[in-house]
Amino acid sequence: MSKKTKMAWNAGLIVALLATLFILEQVMPSGSMFLTVLKKGAIYALVAVSMNLLNGFTGLFSLGQAGFMLLGAYAYAILTIPVESRGSVYQYFDGGIVQFTVPVPVALIAGGLLAAVFAYLIGLPVLRLKSDYLAIATLGFAEIIRAVFQWDKLGPITNGSNLLRSFPSFKSVLYPFIVSGICITLIVLLINSTYGRAFKAIRDDEIAAEAMGINLAHHKRLAFVISSFFAGVSGGLLAMYQTTIQASMFKSAMTYEILLIVVIGGIGSVTGSCISSFLFIACSEWWLRFLDNENLYLGGFHVPFLRPGFRKVVFAIVIMLVVLFYRQGIMGTKEFSVEGIANFFKRKFGGKKTAEGGGSHE
Amino acid sequence: MEWITRNLPYLLAGISVGGQYALIAIGYTMVYGILRLINFAHGDIFMVAGLIMVYAVTVMPIYAAIPVMIAATVLLGFLVERAAYKPLRSAPRMSIMISAIGVSYLLQNMALYVTGGLSQQYPQIPWISDSVSVLGATTKRVTLITPVLTIVLVVALVLLIKKTKIGMAMRAASRDFETSQLMGIKINSVISMTFIIGTFLAAIGSLLFFTNYTGVTPTVGAMPGLKAFVAAVFGGIGSIPGAVIGAFIIGICENIIKGLGWTNFSDAFTFALLIVILFVKPTGLFGEKATDKV
Amino acid sequence: MSKESVLKVENVTMQFGGVIAVDNMNLEVKKGEIVSLIGPNGAGKTTAFNVITGVYAPTNGAVYYKDRMIIQNCPQGKMKKLYRGENADVYAGRHVLAPTPDKITRLGIARTFQNIRLFKSQTVFENILIAKHMLRTSNIFTATFRLNAKEESEMREESEKLLKIMDLEDVRNEPATSLPYGKQRHLEIARAMATKPELLLLDEPAAGMNPQETLELTQFIGRIRDEFGLTIFMIEHHMDLVMEISDRIYVLDFGKPIAEGVPEEIRNNPRVIEAYLGGAQDE
Repeated sequence: MSKKTKMAWNAGLIVALLATLFILEQVMPSGSMFLTVLKKGAIYALVAVSMNLLNGFTGLFSLGQAGFMLLGAYAYAILTIPVESRGSVYQYFDGGIVQFTVPVPVALIAGGLLAAVFAYLIGLPVLRLKSDYLAIATLGFAEIIRAVFQWDKLGPITNGSNLLRSFPSFKSVLYPFIVSGICITLIVLLINSTYGRAFKAIRDDEIAAEAMGINLAHHKRLAFVISSFFAGVSGGLLAMYQTTIQASMFKSAMTYEILLIVVIGGIGSVTGSCISSFLFIACSEWWLRFLDNENLYLGGFHVPFLRPGFRKVVFAIVIMLVVLFYRQGIMGTKEFSVEGIANFFKRKFGGKKTAEGGGSHE
Repeated sequence: MEWITRNLPYLLAGISVGGQYALIAIGYTMVYGILRLINFAHGDIFMVAGLIMVYAVTVMPIYAAIPVMIAATVLLGFLVERAAYKPLRSAPRMSIMISAIGVSYLLQNMALYVTGGLSQQYPQIPWISDSVSVLGATTKRVTLITPVLTIVLVVALVLLIKKTKIGMAMRAASRDFETSQLMGIKINSVISMTFIIGTFLAAIGSLLFFTNYTGVTPTVGAMPGLKAFVAAVFGGIGSIPGAVIGAFIIGICENIIKGLGWTNFSDAFTFALLIVILFVKPTGLFGEKATDKV
Repeated sequence: MSKESVLKVENVTMQFGGVIAVDNMNLEVKKGEIVSLIGPNGAGKTTAFNVITGVYAPTNGAVYYKDRMIIQNCPQGKMKKLYRGENADVYAGRHVLAPTPDKITRLGIARTFQNIRLFKSQTVFENILIAKHMLRTSNIFTATFRLNAKEESEMREESEKLLKIMDLEDVRNEPATSLPYGKQRHLEIARAMATKPELLLLDEPAAGMNPQETLELTQFIGRIRDEFGLTIFMIEHHMDLVMEISDRIYVLDFGKPIAEGVPEEIRNNPRVIEAYLGGAQDE
């Protein structure tokens, strides 16, 4: 398939996807679970891909994602709460000291930049560490950030451990899709550039990469800063989705969930991360909900064990099974592409050229 | 004198918490020494030990509940290793670490299911929950017992590792995993033994920890777990005395910070310390240097 | 001896704790030469390579590349007391120069590894393309937004060309690690060549090869030297190869250089024969 047809197909798919979403939104009731899953899934897809850039493509096992999301979410919220609402939001801090707002897109980017700046600073010491030490140091960093943001001395800015609310959010499912879509496209472009190749070289063999003239410290820091930037943006989106935020949301459990999404999708596969984000969110928010229903009857049979919390147990067991017996995840290191599907159908139906199946989130 | 009475409770609490961290940290450091794995689930096993105790006392007298709790926790540690880590022995290190995170997630969710998310009141254990007065400061007896018990257990452990055959096998395995296997050491039983010892100490740690704590929640193990790990890194991972000393230092510093009124930052301090240590001396106080061969 | 010096190692000592791995080494490689470093196992050859390529900072001594100093160090900290080598006073007080390996490579010194280190998840072509990264002029933005399309296509073209020259064209899309051992060694050399070096360091290029492969490799090394105007400095155990293509040979024993000369001189040097004992009888 030539480059041009490929691009045409991709563009067509994206338009088709957005159109489908638009129509779905008109047809479905606004509180529908399906739309909720799509919104949250798109946000998680972005943060999962950003984590994959580090863990899957550069081989840096970092567990700081929740911390960077917190930075992005707070930056977004603080910069967009309307001035007239500040008095009530910052009720214990005389309305806070930030008394201006910026447009939503600017605030999202500012959130990304704040996360990137912190990543740059923390990257100097921690990126020298080897795999598991790096993991624990980044995890620790996220905890420190969380503590700092809950500190009441910073209350005039962060509102201490109180909720931040009243900032603008989105209604349409298209919003998170478009923002995440743009960000993920940028990450994919990066991965396929000469820098992306250098990242993969570092993942495969640091010593050889260094002998090929690749400056390890510089490239690791680049990957770390870029990954954090997008984690920050996704934090801002998450704030928009949730409509209220609080530092205590961004615990290490959140990072673990994102890591599990990456693992299920396949470490080193962007499309895998996207697919598994939607699956993960759909399972945890929607499909497995019935497991929490205490009064579920199949025919006349009262299904045992069901009560709130059972869903999460089943879910965790499924995840463990994937981790243990299906280590490649859904996609392994492969990517889901128009070309791949076309080839698949060619093989199946002898030359008949079809390309079905949306779900390409690039 | 007044200064002492004012600050002694914090110091005592620090030593006590330090001892509890030490008992958890040993599990981390031993497992890391042999498998090079940060056992993220260790803190959750500690939490489960607390829950087992809560439920055990409802059906049996306390003197029976304690050994039952310890045995059940050890069994859990053993099973986790067999089910979640053993199948990944030849997999990349990242996979095992992810598996450990998965186990942690599973244990937390199971605890959430069982408890319904409510904090469970830890039983009062006679004698050690009693209040005593030291130099004018009132504290629970457990505060005084913890450091003593910790030291006794650590000495016993060190003797076990230095003097017995299984201890020698452990030392060999932590030095060189492959070669010790070739030398006829049954690596799987050595690893199982490591987990058994680690969880045994964590079970005792949980007994002491929760006696001083209001209740058991599904996520209560995560923080002490991480801090114990930091203690292990601080002392030089793989070194038992290092882990113990690291744990005491962290416990004491943390409580001094609380005493200064910076409670918010007592957790953050631990991690800041971790980052500083990793930056200044990545091998910790007593760790050995490992180099990559080019 | 009028040719220009490419590599000069001056009084280099490498001491690990109390063990001296390289002891006051002095050697020089001139433009266009193929120079071999031989010696029994554990003589410190690879350590010497690791010093030259910046993997280790030497405990004492200096390294020059084309008459420009690139590495310099003298015993620091604890080593001041521990140091048992010579010439510590020469470098004392001078500024320390300890570049990382990637800087050395960017100067024009490329290397291969004794235990092959290819990028495992990448194809043969990608392995070579990665080495072109260091020659880029693009930054992360121009690369991400594809503003470097011209440079990118040049990188690809050059890599294709190199594949052809290195006889790796037929395995272009194979995963690097699926190649037979001899081919993997070829690929390692090709990858090093992709950084456009002037000086190539080969660490036991013929290790594990059979006589036929060794013979091919001998011709191959000679060919790339001529074709690219390279200077080659290598560690090798196969004496046929060493004697066949080396212009000069240095012999290392227990970290100390014990002999230097053209192959004929080395062959008849009693100290070398003594150091090698069995090894030299093959000749």
